[in-house]
Amino acid sequence: MTAERVRVVRSWEWARPERPARREVLAAVPERDEAKPPLLFVPGFGHGAWAFAEHWLGHAAGRGFPAYALSLRGHGDSEPAPEATLRSYTHDVTQVAASLPRQAVLVGHGAGARVVAHAMARYPARAAVLVAPVLGGWGTFGTALRRNPVGTVPAVFGAGLRLNRRQLFSRELPDADARRHLARLGRAGRRAQWQLLTGRSPEPAVGRPPVLVLGSPDDRVLPATALTSAARRYASAPLLFPGMGHDLMLDARWREPIDAILDWLDKDPAPALG
Amino acid sequence: MSSSTDPGRPDPDRTDVPIRDDRPVSDRGETVCVIGAGASGLTAVKNLREAGFGVDCYERETGVGGAWNWRHDRSPVYASTHLISSRPFTQFPDFPMPDDWPDYPHHSQLLSYFERYADHFDLRQHVWFGTEVVRVEPVEGDRWDVTTRSTGGYGPERTSRYAAVVLANGHNWSPKLPRYEGLEEFRGEVMHASSYKDPAQLRGKRVLVVGAGNTGCDIAVEAAQQASHCWHSTRRGYWYAPKYVLGRPADQVNDTLLALRVPLRVRQWLYHWTLRLTVGDLTRFGMPEPDHRVYETHPIANSQLVYYVGHGEVTPVPDVARFDDRAVELTDGRRIDPELVVFATGYLPRFEFLKGQVLGDEDGSGRPRLWLNAFTAGHPTLAVVGLVQPDSGIFPISHWQSVLFARLLTLRATRPDRAAAFDRKVRAGLGERYSAKVKDSTRHWFEVGHADYLRALQRALHELEEGTR
Repeated sequence: MTAERVRVVRSWEWARPERPARREVLAAVPERDEAKPPLLFVPGFGHGAWAFAEHWLGHAAGRGFPAYALSLRGHGDSEPAPEATLRSYTHDVTQVAASLPRQAVLVGHGAGARVVAHAMARYPARAAVLVAPVLGGWGTFGTALRRNPVGTVPAVFGAGLRLNRRQLFSRELPDADARRHLARLGRAGRRAQWQLLTGRSPEPAVGRPPVLVLGSPDDRVLPATALTSAARRYASAPLLFPGMGHDLMLDARWREPIDAILDWLDKDPAPALG
Repeated sequence: MSSSTDPGRPDPDRTDVPIRDDRPVSDRGETVCVIGAGASGLTAVKNLREAGFGVDCYERETGVGGAWNWRHDRSPVYASTHLISSRPFTQFPDFPMPDDWPDYPHHSQLLSYFERYADHFDLRQHVWFGTEVVRVEPVEGDRWDVTTRSTGGYGPERTSRYAAVVLANGHNWSPKLPRYEGLEEFRGEVMHASSYKDPAQLRGKRVLVVGAGNTGCDIAVEAAQQASHCWHSTRRGYWYAPKYVLGRPADQVNDTLLALRVPLRVRQWLYHWTLRLTVGDLTRFGMPEPDHRVYETHPIANSQLVYYVGHGEVTPVPDVARFDDRAVELTDGRRIDPELVVFATGYLPRFEFLKGQVLGDEDGSGRPRLWLNAFTAGHPTLAVVGLVQPDSGIFPISHWQSVLFARLLTLRATRPDRAAAFDRKVRAGLGERYSAKVKDSTRHWFEVGHADYLRALQRALHELEEGTR
C-alpha cells in the first residue's frame, strides 16, 4: 500500500466532473445523540439501500450509531444510470459521506467494498469496514463462473450479473425471505461491471482510517483466499462467520456480523500507521 | 511522535518554566499553532490533526470562514460575490461540495461549506475564537513563542511555546490604496472595494470604478445596473474571459486542454481564438488592446462587463492621472466628474505579528521570499498556507500545502535525513515561480498557475515520502 503515491493533480476529474444523480439515502438515527460516528452502508452490485434497511440500520441505531444506507446510482430508488462507472459510484459515496454531520465510518458490502476502497482515497473516513469484499480481479470472476455459470456468462457480454440463492444466503434463511430479497435485486452498470475486473486499483486511503474486514468462509461468491488477501491489503486478518452466505446483512444470523462491527467501533480503533 | 489532543492549556505554574517579557511561557510541547480559522487555517487544523498533532488555532473573529464570512470586519465579500473558479477547482479534494450546488456558488454557500467542514471534522474545539496574535518569535530549537490577547487589545497578553507555526492569516484584507495627486482635495466620496458591500451604495450616483480585477469588474457591472453612470478605469487592456465557454464552465474547458498536455503557446492561441469568437474585439468599444497574452495576468472571469459596455452602461476609461476638488483627470486628458470613486485596487499581504526577515523579506517591501509560496529558509517549522493567487481555486492548494507541512513535521521526528534534504530544497528554490511569465505588479506577487503549482507540490510530496536519491 505504501508503494502507491498520493495524487494531487487530477486534471481530467476537474475538467469532466461527475454528473450529479438523484440518490436514495435511508437513515435510522438513534433518539439520543451519543456522539458516536455515523455509519454509511454501501451496498454491492445489484443491491440497494433496502438490503441494509432490512436489519442492520435499525440495529445500529438501537446501539446508538446514526446509520445511513445509500443506493448507488442505477440501484434501488436512485436515479437510473446504465452508463455508470466505478467513478460515478465513488462520487455517490463521497457525496453522501460529506453530507453527514460528522466524519463517517464507511461500510461496504460485496462490490460496494471496492467502491468504498476508492472512496477512502477521496474522503478521510473515520474508519472503514469491508464486508465480504469483492475487490475485483479475475480470481473472483473464475469463482463466479464456476459456481454460477448461467448468471455470470451473460455479464461478460454486458448483461447484468445474476446471483442465485445458494450464492447469497445460507439454508437457514426461510425460502419466502430469500425469494423476496432475490426479487429486489437489480444490476450494476455494464461499464462498472467490467471495471471490477479491469479497472485501476484503488489509490492509497487518505486520513489513515483503521480497516476491518469480515466475511464468511462459506461465501459462494467470494473465495476464502480472496477474503484473506483483502484483509492482508489493510494489514489485518478477516473476522469469519462460518455457515453464512454472501449477503451477511440479510442472512438468518445477520445479528452476529453487525454486532462484531459495532463492538469494534465501540473500542475506538486507532488510526492505521501512516 | 507524541500527540496532544488536549485542547486545554497546561497549568503554567511549574518549576523551570521559560520566561519572556517577565511572564511565564506555557510550553505546549509538540503542539502546532495555526493562525487564522479561515479556509486555509481550517484545512491546516484538519490535516495536522489527521497526522496526529495537537493543534491550537487562534482566530481574531468569533466564527470560522475568514474572508468568506461576511460578518467579519476584514471580510472583503460583497452581497453578490460568487466564485470565479467552478466547483471542482474550488472544493477541498477530500470533502466535495454538494453536487446539486451551482457551478459557481455564492459566498454564503462557501461560508456554509466551511462551517460544515469545521463541524464534520470537529475542528472548532481546537480554535481559540476572539483571540488575536500579537507576536510570533522564533526561539532556540526551531520552536516558536506565540503571544496572544483578546481581539481589540483587551485583557492580558499570554505567551505559549509551540513546536511549529502555520500562518494562515489571509492576504485579502489589508487594502492597497494607490496614491494620486490631489486625492485629498477631492470632494466626492472615495472608498476601497473592501468597504463595498451592497449595490445600494451605488444607486443613482455617478460612479468611477478603478481597477479591472475580478472585484473591479463585478462592481462595474453592478454600477451599470444601479448607478446613474459608471466609468471603469483600467491601466491596461485585459482579456475578459466569459464564465462559460462551449456550454461548460470556462476553467473546465481550459483544464481539458491541460489534461491533454497541450503546450502553453497552443493554449494561448486557442484561448485568443475562443475569446475572439465569444467576446469579440474590445477595441471597438474604446477599450485598449491587451499588451500581453492570456495567462500573463491574473485571469478575469466576467461574462457581463462587456455586455454592459455594449449597452453603454459602462464607459471604459484609461488610468486616473490626478484628482482636483470636483473632477478626475484621466491620462488621456479627459475630465470626468464622479460622485463616488471605488478603488478596486487589491490588497497587500500583512504579517504584522512577525518580523519581515523571518519570511525572507530583507528590504522591507513586504514581499516574502518563499519556496512553494509556503516555506522559508532557516525556519523548517514554519509554513505559510494559502498565500497564493492561483488562476483557479485556492482551497485545494491550501489543503495540499498543509498536508505537505504535516508530513514534513512527522518526518522531522522519524526521518531527520529527509527533513534536512527538504530544507536544502527550500533554500535552493526560494522565489521559484509556478506560472507563465506574468506582468510585474504586487498583484502578481503570488500568482501561480494551478496545474504548474500543484505539480511542483506533488513532486515535493513524493520526494519527501520516498527520499531523494
